[in-house]
Amino acid sequence: MLEITNLSKTFFPGTVNERKALRDINLRLNDGEFVTVIGSNGAGKSTVLNMVGGKMRPDAGSVRIAGKDVTKLADHARAKYIGRVFQDPMAGTAPSMSIEENMSLALGRGTFRGLASGVTKNKREQFVEELKSLELGLENRLKAKVGLLSGGQRQALSLLMATFSGPKILLLDEHTAALDPQRAALVARLTEEIVQRHQLTTLMVTHNMEQALRLGSRLIMMHDGQIILDLDSEQKAKMTVPDLLHEFEKIKGAQLDDRTMLQ
Amino acid sequence: MITAVELGLIYAIMALGVYLTFRILDFPDLTVDGSFTSGAATASILIVNGTNPLIATLLAFVVGAVAGIITGLLHTKGKIDGLLAGILTMIALYSINLRIMGKANVSLLGEDTLISPLRENKLLGTPTSVAILFLGCLVVVGLIVWFLRTDVGLAMRATGDNEEMIRSFGVSTDNQKILGLALSNGLVAFAGALIAQFQGFADIGMGIGVILIGLASVIVGQAIFGQRFIWIAALAVVLGSVIYRLVIQLALNAGLEVNDMKLISAVLVVIALILPQWKGFSKFANRIRIRGKATTNQEIKEVGIDA
Repeated sequence: MLEITNLSKTFFPGTVNERKALRDINLRLNDGEFVTVIGSNGAGKSTVLNMVGGKMRPDAGSVRIAGKDVTKLADHARAKYIGRVFQDPMAGTAPSMSIEENMSLALGRGTFRGLASGVTKNKREQFVEELKSLELGLENRLKAKVGLLSGGQRQALSLLMATFSGPKILLLDEHTAALDPQRAALVARLTEEIVQRHQLTTLMVTHNMEQALRLGSRLIMMHDGQIILDLDSEQKAKMTVPDLLHEFEKIKGAQLDDRTMLQ
Repeated sequence: MITAVELGLIYAIMALGVYLTFRILDFPDLTVDGSFTSGAATASILIVNGTNPLIATLLAFVVGAVAGIITGLLHTKGKIDGLLAGILTMIALYSINLRIMGKANVSLLGEDTLISPLRENKLLGTPTSVAILFLGCLVVVGLIVWFLRTDVGLAMRATGDNEEMIRSFGVSTDNQKILGLALSNGLVAFAGALIAQFQGFADIGMGIGVILIGLASVIVGQAIFGQRFIWIAALAVVLGSVIYRLVIQLALNAGLEVNDMKLISAVLVVIALILPQWKGFSKFANRIRIRGKATTNQEIKEVGIDA
């Protein structure tokens, strides 16, 4: 479903600030696979997501979604394949527009937007059904402006909007990190349910190791622009957070040694 | 006084154009000062040369829309700052407007215009003409409200509200901005054409400061009537334009001269922008902050609704 081949990206090349964000990354996601991505700051997790989403162009390599090469497509041009939820709960919705208008914007993903009415009776019924699945009572507040919702409600709505219009890939960029523990748990649970229901191929970046182990069917650890650990669901099931930390220290240590030797 | 209301109602169409860019797209578009004159020049020259005034006025809309598209292209494809893109088009239009008219002003005296039925039946300055012009404004408001509720209209509003988000749903925000600027400047030029026919001439300087009149109408109208729903926001712009004219009229009656009008407009806009920030003005402030298009999440948090 998602094929990342030989992807490389260097920020500020040729300057003292030069930083290799991605070093020749290869990653293949099968249909319906739910991959969690962990790694320290600057490991390249978000850069991978931005490359897939189209916010950044790679220096080399390609991104293919469902067999189609999207490497050169602008973010909006590939949006019909990709649903995104951002870390900032405010980023995924339009605050001064109503809940039903936001849902309508999401429903129009990848379609031509013409002079047909944005919110119709039929669409509204569909929105009510979808919103009910969140169990937040938003289905009774269709005309409320999204800016009036709490951060947790907005993030849950963002998640619904990113998924219900049938994208091929779902990208989650630390989407529970900015919420309090209770709301984070709610959004994590909703994520699990929605991914399950739509059988979505998902790439989720997180800082929370416990969450990375609990959610998804595969785990990837990144460090210094490379994938240093790739666990399938069986291996992942046996892992604990201390194991993971230990593994991280081990690989990171070894790698640092290599590099010091080369220098 | 009635003439002031009539003028206010015609200028309201220009203000609705400014509303589209300033509030909906969150884009401060200065093209307006040039495209207003372009509309007046186009319609006047066509009417003088015997074109049907309705067709001439509609063509003025098209010319304004082209000006808007140019600003849009400069900003989106040329990556020029929005304010500067508008200024560049506005300055360039000054020469183009002179080319269109061939001289600094064109008289429409004795010509058949869209206003002449009102003039010939001695309806100008009567409540009847106010009613007719108000009805015309309602039609334009209706069209704008309808448009902003269509799929493309929603995408345009989202472009001004959260660009990142609407791009993630497959909308080219560049195209939305260009379209919005085209519609906005089309309306502005349409209003310019009507003003030329109302006052009986087009003049190269008639667009100077029009952006301020538009902003004053939008800000004053929406400060008073709010913008809870799109139709309230749009209607508030029309009423704001009329209020602006009445304030100008009062200032003139109080002894200020016509030459002071630009200063009065500027002061009025400054007042309308600063007054709501004062604590004692909280009733108005709430209206602008909470219902406002410009409402940021930070502000919502500060007001305490996010709890």
